[in-house]
Amino acid sequence: MDEQLKSELRRQGVVATSLQELYNWGRKSSVWPLNFGLACCAIEMIAATMARYDLARFGAEVFRPSPRQADLMIVAGTVTKKMAPQVVRLYNQMPEPKYVISMGACAISGGPFKQGYNVLKGIDRYIPVDVYIPGCPPRPEALIDAFMMLQRKIDAQYLTGPGRPRHLDAETPSEFVVPEFGPHDLVPTSNSEVWSVPLVNISNAGKNEPGRD
Amino acid sequence: MNLEEIKSQIEANVPGCRLEIIPNGSPSGQHSLLVDVEHGFTVASFLRDGATPRFDFCSNVTGIDWPVKEVSTKTKVKKIVDGVEKEVDEVVKSQTGGYLEVVYHLYSIEQREGPVVLRMRTEDRAERVHVPSLTPIWRSAEFQEREAYDLFGILFDGHPDLRRLLMWEGFVDHPMRRDYVDPDDYEYEPTAHDDVLKRAQAHRPAQEGGL
Repeated sequence: MDEQLKSELRRQGVVATSLQELYNWGRKSSVWPLNFGLACCAIEMIAATMARYDLARFGAEVFRPSPRQADLMIVAGTVTKKMAPQVVRLYNQMPEPKYVISMGACAISGGPFKQGYNVLKGIDRYIPVDVYIPGCPPRPEALIDAFMMLQRKIDAQYLTGPGRPRHLDAETPSEFVVPEFGPHDLVPTSNSEVWSVPLVNISNAGKNEPGRD
Repeated sequence: MNLEEIKSQIEANVPGCRLEIIPNGSPSGQHSLLVDVEHGFTVASFLRDGATPRFDFCSNVTGIDWPVKEVSTKTKVKKIVDGVEKEVDEVVKSQTGGYLEVVYHLYSIEQREGPVVLRMRTEDRAERVHVPSLTPIWRSAEFQEREAYDLFGILFDGHPDLRRLLMWEGFVDHPMRRDYVDPDDYEYEPTAHDDVLKRAQAHRPAQEGGL
């Protein structure tokens, strides 16, 4: 049914919808985040849920203390290598459909600790991330923006066909490899199913700057 | 309170201990006291219980890695060259370092004095890396000694619970040592330069038209 006809009918007091629309509307309006934080970003996440910013307006006020009851994992803060297996395990314990917001520079890439020995260079090395929020830490508005972006993403998902989301496709896995502690680093250092080294041209990097050859 | 006084106090009360004042040339002039490993524990317990003022609080414990370093010093020496006496620069090469050091900052809450900086050195950086633990004297040293063990590999004899603190059990390196090589997990760097750029190029030789 085309949009024009739909809005025409709506003006006449007739609501026409599809199962997909109804289903997605229901899912996007009640996303329950997992109640966990890793560093300073978690403070901003808490602020976003409180009275001033009020994430409850978007249906996400119910922070669940158990992964079994959560739909959304907000990775808020620095993921150390020691913590990474637990984060992946928590994600694995969440039921489908599940989403991940990678909040802040550390969760995206390791941030200011990227060259450190104990910080994971981005949680997307082990689990699929839906929305990234840059910032150090991002303001609550940025988290709300990311949340609205996630809602738009859920709204646009098809229930059938090849582009359908993971939870409606029995073939795709919903659990991911939990890294183990190795003698020098996590083993494996990334999950090749969800992450690969980005292809970026680095051949000219550092060549055109003054004082460098 | 100055460090000389404390040094002579310790020398009078702990027989046989070898102390050395390591001067700090910066404006703060926070000189420190190097204690030998054998008497480290006795000196520390004297500082807590017998000295005036009593140092009842250990605020900070940290480690330092001193790798072997060749130092050359120039001295002017008078020499007879071709029958004429001349002043010639002579370079003397010597080695310093080659040990791990642990540093304690002590305060006296009672007398509002401090800090007294206490240092102890291990024999080398590989096998003989033992120093006495001062946790039985100051409980506040417990986690910080564990951290120094974790990151520098200093073994604290007499520590009640010497396990790694920040890294996991089974991790073999000590990341704060100068010769630590971090795992080579390259990924995209927006402004790669120096070592990071070299590493990045080594990981993808052919892709970008032969780097």
